[in-house]
Amino acid sequence: MAAEEGKVDPMKQFTIEPLMGSDWQLGDGLNIAFTNSALWMAITAVLVTLFVAGGMKRELVPGRWQMAVETMTGFIDDLLEANVGAAGRKYVPYIFTLFMFILFGNLLGLVPVGLIPGVHAFTFTSHFTVTGVLAIVSFSIVLIVGFWKHGLHFFSLFWPANTPAFLAAPISLIELVSFMVRPFSLALRLFVAMMAGHVLLKVLASFVIAGGGAGAGLGLLVGVPSFILMVAISALEILVAGIQAYVFALLTSLYINDAENLH
Amino acid sequence: MPQIEQIAETLSSQVFWLLVFFGLTFVLVGLGMVPKILGTVEVRDNQIAGDLAAAQAARDAATGDEEAWRQRENANRSAAQALIGEAKAKAAAANAAKLAETQGKLDMRLAEAEAAIAAARNSAMAEIEGVAADAARDIVARVAGTQIEPAAAEAAVKEVMAHG
Repeated sequence: MAAEEGKVDPMKQFTIEPLMGSDWQLGDGLNIAFTNSALWMAITAVLVTLFVAGGMKRELVPGRWQMAVETMTGFIDDLLEANVGAAGRKYVPYIFTLFMFILFGNLLGLVPVGLIPGVHAFTFTSHFTVTGVLAIVSFSIVLIVGFWKHGLHFFSLFWPANTPAFLAAPISLIELVSFMVRPFSLALRLFVAMMAGHVLLKVLASFVIAGGGAGAGLGLLVGVPSFILMVAISALEILVAGIQAYVFALLTSLYINDAENLH
Repeated sequence: MPQIEQIAETLSSQVFWLLVFFGLTFVLVGLGMVPKILGTVEVRDNQIAGDLAAAQAARDAATGDEEAWRQRENANRSAAQALIGEAKAKAAAANAAKLAETQGKLDMRLAEAEAAIAAARNSAMAEIEGVAADAARDIVARVAGTQIEPAAAEAAVKEVMAHG
């Protein structure tokens, strides 16, 4: 359809298509078809596992691969050490998995596998169903740790230290709202950033195609600058892929800090 | 936007497969591998810290050894200097003693020689007086034709010699 009209639908890349098991269901009728989204999650899981497994030689003098893996684990270890303190080390497995899963998912969506006919890249982090689940998992950890460690005293999170009594009601209301908004902002930030970048790339790509199809003059005037812009924005998107994964991990560790070290 | 249009039909599938693959990654990588990698890093850090501490200790020991060697060397040097000084003083004292002895011997021989010379001169003088007295008596006998007592002649000679 898109080819007939000579147009590119920039939203088509986010379409979820069942690859197999369209009639697979969980007990109460929930469909769990294995979709292209699930396929890219699987590829991400395999690649993350392979990447980290490559650094498991445990040599005293590390090789390149081991050095790379140790840099990543050390990065997350330092992040938690800096934001949560010594108690943060027990969250390294979760935050590391979260960071690597999002990072690989973001980066895999930018790999130009579309050059191979019939293969379409899919960025599962551009779906708020996925980012939402990750945000809810992070938020649940915060709630569970907070109430486990501090009991009902965890509610004092909404009463900042040294707040006068007459301000307590409005401030605790604001604090409660900002606390409850956290999972949404966490999920929407990643989803919007990934989707916006991919839409922009597709829109520019449609400019290149339409410009090229409209003759040499328009092709030079519109197509070439759009293509140069695409290259630059692809570089920017690689940066965004890393930054968004880092932000997700950083904010999760900051929220865990609230639960772990209640003021 | 497919994310919203398809949400009803794909939500359960998305959530299910995400939990499956994220959970699998968490168990395999997060719980299985990451602690071991962190352990390796920690072992290495400890090893490096231990090696550095050992190197520092060896360096301190070497510095201490050098200090002890320097003190020993200084003590040896000052002992040697003392020995040389003592030998010098002894030699000087022996020299001085020998010189004094030799001087004493020389002084004695000089005194003896002077005494011998003085004795020789006295005896020579006495003989001269005797010869002069005899000559004086001979002269008187020849010139005056008179004999004088040897005692008178000796007295006259002595008087002349004492004045002369």
